[in-house]
Amino acid sequence: MAEYKKPKTEAEFENNFKQKNPLMNDTEAYYEASRCLFCYDAPCIKACPTSIDIPLFIKQIHTDNITGASKTIFDSNWLGNACGIVCPTGVLCEGACVYNHQDVPPIKIGRLQNYATNKTIDAGKVIFKVGKPNGRKIAIIGAGPAGIACACEARTLGYEVDLFEAKEQPSGLTVYGIAPYKITNEEVLKEVAYLQNQLGFNIKYKTAINSKEALKSLEDEYNAIFIGVGLGKTRNLELEGEEKENVIGAVEFVEELRMKHHKLAVPKKVVVLGGGNTAMDAASEAARMGAKKTVLAYRNSKEKMGAYGFEYDLAIRAGVDSLFNVTPIAITGNGKVEGVKFAKTEMVEGKLKTNMNNTFIVRCDMVIKATGQAKQGHLYGLIDNLEIDAKIRIKTNDEFQTSNPMYFAGGDAINGGAEVVNAAYDGKMAAQGIHNWLNK
Amino acid sequence: MIDLSVNFGGIKAPNPFWLASAPPTNSGYQIMKAFEAGWGGAVWKTLGVPVVNVSSRYGSVNYRNTKMMGFSNIELITDRTLADNLREIEEVKKYFPDHAVIASLMVESRSEWEQIIKDVENAGADGIELNFGCPHGMCERGMGSAVGQEPEVLKTIVGWVKEAANIPVITKLTPNISDIVPPGLAALEGGTDSISLINTIKSIVGIDLDTYAPYPIVDGKGTNGGYCGPAVKPIAMNMLKDLAQHPEIGKIPLSGIGGIETWRDVVEFILLGATSVQVCTAVMHYGFGIVREMEAGLRQFMEERNYNTIYDFAGKALPNVTEWKHLNLEHKVVAEINAGKCIGCELCYISCDDGAHQAISLSDDPLNRIPSIIEENCVGCNLCSLVCPVEDCITMVKKDDGMKHNTWNERSLNDDIPTTFNDERAGGNGHFVPKPSDALKK
Repeated sequence: MAEYKKPKTEAEFENNFKQKNPLMNDTEAYYEASRCLFCYDAPCIKACPTSIDIPLFIKQIHTDNITGASKTIFDSNWLGNACGIVCPTGVLCEGACVYNHQDVPPIKIGRLQNYATNKTIDAGKVIFKVGKPNGRKIAIIGAGPAGIACACEARTLGYEVDLFEAKEQPSGLTVYGIAPYKITNEEVLKEVAYLQNQLGFNIKYKTAINSKEALKSLEDEYNAIFIGVGLGKTRNLELEGEEKENVIGAVEFVEELRMKHHKLAVPKKVVVLGGGNTAMDAASEAARMGAKKTVLAYRNSKEKMGAYGFEYDLAIRAGVDSLFNVTPIAITGNGKVEGVKFAKTEMVEGKLKTNMNNTFIVRCDMVIKATGQAKQGHLYGLIDNLEIDAKIRIKTNDEFQTSNPMYFAGGDAINGGAEVVNAAYDGKMAAQGIHNWLNK
Repeated sequence: MIDLSVNFGGIKAPNPFWLASAPPTNSGYQIMKAFEAGWGGAVWKTLGVPVVNVSSRYGSVNYRNTKMMGFSNIELITDRTLADNLREIEEVKKYFPDHAVIASLMVESRSEWEQIIKDVENAGADGIELNFGCPHGMCERGMGSAVGQEPEVLKTIVGWVKEAANIPVITKLTPNISDIVPPGLAALEGGTDSISLINTIKSIVGIDLDTYAPYPIVDGKGTNGGYCGPAVKPIAMNMLKDLAQHPEIGKIPLSGIGGIETWRDVVEFILLGATSVQVCTAVMHYGFGIVREMEAGLRQFMEERNYNTIYDFAGKALPNVTEWKHLNLEHKVVAEINAGKCIGCELCYISCDDGAHQAISLSDDPLNRIPSIIEENCVGCNLCSLVCPVEDCITMVKKDDGMKHNTWNERSLNDDIPTTFNDERAGGNGHFVPKPSDALKK
């Protein structure tokens, strides 16, 4: 179990947040690529949400056709570099590798992918072609993975593309929301710059689209609009004492960390509420920021956690403690957080029940709520005839078209929160959907 | 705009990737599947009087973790009736009129040749390939490599075929000879339109240590097989070069066969003068899908060098393949070890000390496992850089200034070569060699 000292400099910060998946060197890539069996109807391709032809790009790496390998990757996934780093490969491509059935380590597909695309990006190889201008324009709300992928695909089809981004940087959660030990800002921005240089889409930063007037002007000026707004701020738990100082949402915490690095102050004792991947990230990060004690608290059992097993292990290895079958009932303290009052939970006839007779307090100086993000319901309400489901997710058809035909959508806005790779797929397919619709 | 299409001695195909006559071209089903996957042509599994095959037909040489580095078979020509094959040729051509379907043929008498040529022409084949290469089974009956090894017989049969055929004829040669040029010339004199090579090499891939029988084992016995796969590529490329450099044979199209699996192999064969390539073992290992790697890689190679067709670079390596006597004796390279990359396996040291020229030394400090090059002893042989497991750790650095040029040929003309056993002009004269007794000190 690791114990992290509070990072005081950028160098110490980097050391605490050392990358989980470092870049491969040439020798490692060559040997790893030589292990690929080149399976027929390969399970790894099927496990990839964007269906990258993985055996092909690995063989291309092995025959030193790195540019060709990158083409194969980007052909299926516009964010191939970021996905090579942040994808939960253990449950996707690498989890499907047939070597697993032989108790042989699976091919390190993510790292091989990152090896190829990183080389191609660094060499500035031109591998994309903008489509012949067709005189039509697409507006994209949100420059996250879904929006960027949609923009890239649309450019290859000949559309002019403008993205409208509320924040100051592109890539959404890839820059603002993914743990820094998974990917650095530099890596993310490098890929977007590479794509933008070749494909020439425009991103208007600090331009939130949040009024009827703004939407109206987009509707007038563009032939189609793609909504890739992801999710919003952390949802309120409606807990007593939730407004106290040092009670923060996980997404907001990670965002601050990604921007401030070692300058972010993390106190001695931190409680993280939640059992999903974001909770694991936030807990890991608090520990890596030098918190003496970080406690992960989840209302159900360990087995019921939404987080991937490897994410939980990562948090435990960073020194995080965990509490299961506890639910927060109040946040205590005088203005500032001093503790969380929990009640035990138990399964009664298949339902999780809170036992108010069994409560206790965990003392802490900070509470991170990783209990889900609110949806962008406000925006959806401004769009005419936009159907959303009970969980406030935009409804789309197979072509990613919403009930208002001019609007298409993808990413977290339609799935309620998933991986970068899912957003990349949605964005790409939505651009094709727009193309099909406009050419009907 | 890249155009991969080829016109190979009158046989047109959308690309140079063809399937060799072998198990993958046994049926119309397989060939249609291959065309769908991206192959541009296929040479049908050899037609003739159908055979009866044995059970257990293939053997392989695995090297370390590489399966089927070398591959051997004792399967014969088609064991299906001619009528079935002809019907399927017709059907394939109906679906794929622009792809090349080539009928490989092997029969005995002149009348059989004339009959079968007429049959495959009627079925719509785009060309004929004469199988003068099969080195097992068929040769015992006077066909296959038995023909390929006798230039006069080969020439006569090519003559019969050319007289009867209205479609282009490829002659496929066997490598089981000492010099590929005489059979190549015989094919040319017989009137062939093009040549393909190599067929498989006589081989025994292994002996079973329980039954003492060679693989593949057929009821306790085995026979020599035909060897192919990545292991035979160097032999095939050398023979291809011999024909491509020949002033007469080099004028007709050559189809390269032998261990081709990746785009690099394809490009290398084309650089040595091939204008179509044929593949079998790689397909038997991975299926037809490997063609997508070959095609993507070939296109990438051509794009980066601004080639529009394969003819723009076909044969470009030929001027650089010369005889030993024309190599520059003044050229000097020396190994250099990048200490930052060295992982301390010391394979370079031991391979040089035991296997080459004692030009690498170890440090006296037992904790320092990074060897150093003794530059004055290094003959630039490459061995250390070949055994080094780290990419670009040992590189060969040019040490001559490039101003001097002197070959064995030139030195011979100037009477400047060693002529007696103890001639002082011996190349190694003055070069450091440890004393024999130094061996006992280690």
